[in-house]
Amino acid sequence: MLRDADRIFTNLYGQQDWGLEGARKRGDWDGTKELIAKGRDWIVEQVKASDLRGRGGAGFSTGMKWSFMPKKSDGRPHYLVVNADEGEPGTCKDRDILRHDPHKLIEGCLLTCVGIGAHAAYIYIRGEFYGEWSNMQRAIDQAYDAGLVGKNACGTGYDFDIYLHRGAGAYICGEETALIESLEGKKGQPRLKPPFPAFCGLYGCPTTVNNVETIAVVPAILRRGGAWFAALGRPKNTGTKIFCISGHVNNPCNVEEEMGIPLKELIERHAGGVRGGWDNLLAVIPGGSSMPVLPKSICDTVLMDFDSLRDVKSALGTAAVIVMDKSTDIIRAFARLAAFYKHESCGQCTPCREGTGWMYRMLTRMQKGEATQADIDMLDDVTKQIEGHTICAFGDGAAWPVMGFLRHFRPEIEKRIAARTQRAAAE
Amino acid sequence: MSAASHGPAPEQPASFDFTAENMERAKRIIAKYPQGRQQSAVIPLLDLAQRQHGWVTNAIIEKVAQILELAPIRVREVATFYTMFNMRPVGRHHVQICTTTPCWLRGSDDIVAACSKALGIGLGETTADGQFTLGEVECLGACVNAPMMQIGDAYYEDLDAASTVRILDDLKAGRKPKPGPQVARQTSAPISGLTTLKGNGSS
Repeated sequence: MLRDADRIFTNLYGQQDWGLEGARKRGDWDGTKELIAKGRDWIVEQVKASDLRGRGGAGFSTGMKWSFMPKKSDGRPHYLVVNADEGEPGTCKDRDILRHDPHKLIEGCLLTCVGIGAHAAYIYIRGEFYGEWSNMQRAIDQAYDAGLVGKNACGTGYDFDIYLHRGAGAYICGEETALIESLEGKKGQPRLKPPFPAFCGLYGCPTTVNNVETIAVVPAILRRGGAWFAALGRPKNTGTKIFCISGHVNNPCNVEEEMGIPLKELIERHAGGVRGGWDNLLAVIPGGSSMPVLPKSICDTVLMDFDSLRDVKSALGTAAVIVMDKSTDIIRAFARLAAFYKHESCGQCTPCREGTGWMYRMLTRMQKGEATQADIDMLDDVTKQIEGHTICAFGDGAAWPVMGFLRHFRPEIEKRIAARTQRAAAE
Repeated sequence: MSAASHGPAPEQPASFDFTAENMERAKRIIAKYPQGRQQSAVIPLLDLAQRQHGWVTNAIIEKVAQILELAPIRVREVATFYTMFNMRPVGRHHVQICTTTPCWLRGSDDIVAACSKALGIGLGETTADGQFTLGEVECLGACVNAPMMQIGDAYYEDLDAASTVRILDDLKAGRKPKPGPQVARQTSAPISGLTTLKGNGSS
């Protein structure tokens, strides 16, 4: 188990003051000026050495993403945009950073901006997070008042501005180009890539979009060294991670653990175990609702990191662990997720706009047993017509849970159809 | 997006003006964005207007467009895209219950039933006295504190039927119920006690 000394988010639960004074006691803003003085290249090198992979779901190498930014400005400003539009069902980790450790994020923004040659950062926070917005804004005001950000940030001669922008309730704005559109004051509909944001992002300028947790761990990496972070977890799956454990466990919670912790240990050590014991486990969605579900047999041994979960045809995603025990009507669980994706599709691409409705309606029928064997194959076919056929990854994220469900739980649907057929025959 | 609830309301007030105080707020919001990029302020200004008036009227759309020097359709398409903008009047207390799978697994059906019974209305309806509107929402990002609901700006978490009714009773009586977990628990920590960070946290 991870030692407390290696934990980054030491105020995860808000037991201490979230403000500047409390943050300084936890080591934030300590020697920031010296870190900045080491320069842009050093910052990127350390983050590359840490092997940090993005914490927003896709798991792309953060150092590599930063290195896509132009080395010299062509006259256009560079921007950092922080994705705080947390809304992937099961996920509530950034919320704890925003409300309990806002200074880690602000300091991370400053250091990242030096790393990508930017002088301004926008944090896009989901509109419903009102209390979190309030803490975050007050922390930004504190940082300005203390001279940590603004003109001559931390006395380094580096000018840096940071702004908080509230969304208004659209899951799709967690997709980076939809987020940029929304920040520009438009409907949150994703852009075609290329051009990638590093060349043409916010206001047509080079932009890096990173998740809250990704940016908030940057100060710790720079202070303690990329090698320290890389020594935690497994190769290419390094560092610590905030896991969100929800659903049928005795003690649902957020917890920061080492990357690569076995799923079973994570649930039993921190969440009090599965309701009714481990043998009462039916299935786990390991990485937020967009990632394929795993049956108990895989949950027994799987490790919680990017590559281990990829090897079992799922993904770490946001590390939001949704636990379902044997009492679950698993068809209904996925019909409800399908309703979520139908509701949140932005409507731009036909396979997604129409396909999410198809999946929802078919799963709803299957929940009642009102389907045929051929319908199951058709549902499988619909998922494949969505996957890979849309502008953004939302289509994949809507199709993958259904694909995973069919892969592991097709017999459940067949049983329900058979039961209904028998009932109908008896009547 | 749920288009049905987003059509304009049949009865529309003739005009809208920000209060002097909110106009100052609007100016500070617009100043956060680069020169010529004032369109970025559409969502914050619509939010400000909705906080002042309660819902987004046609006159609000015209006013925001005028302030930001945009065609009104640019503002309308934003107002109707995002679910937090109410295109019709809502009750004084807007009760929104999360029913997405993580909350459903923890019993959000019971919370919907409890609200419906206590208020005498179904989802999407408003009480006759205009005090409460009941709705369901998609994931609000508090899944380890499921089931939960949002009323106004506040999250009420770790609910059961009894605590839900108590919260609604408090609001009916003009009291202000305490937001956050409704069980003996600190935010997102395990209810049985800490499994990490047991020291003073600065280790």
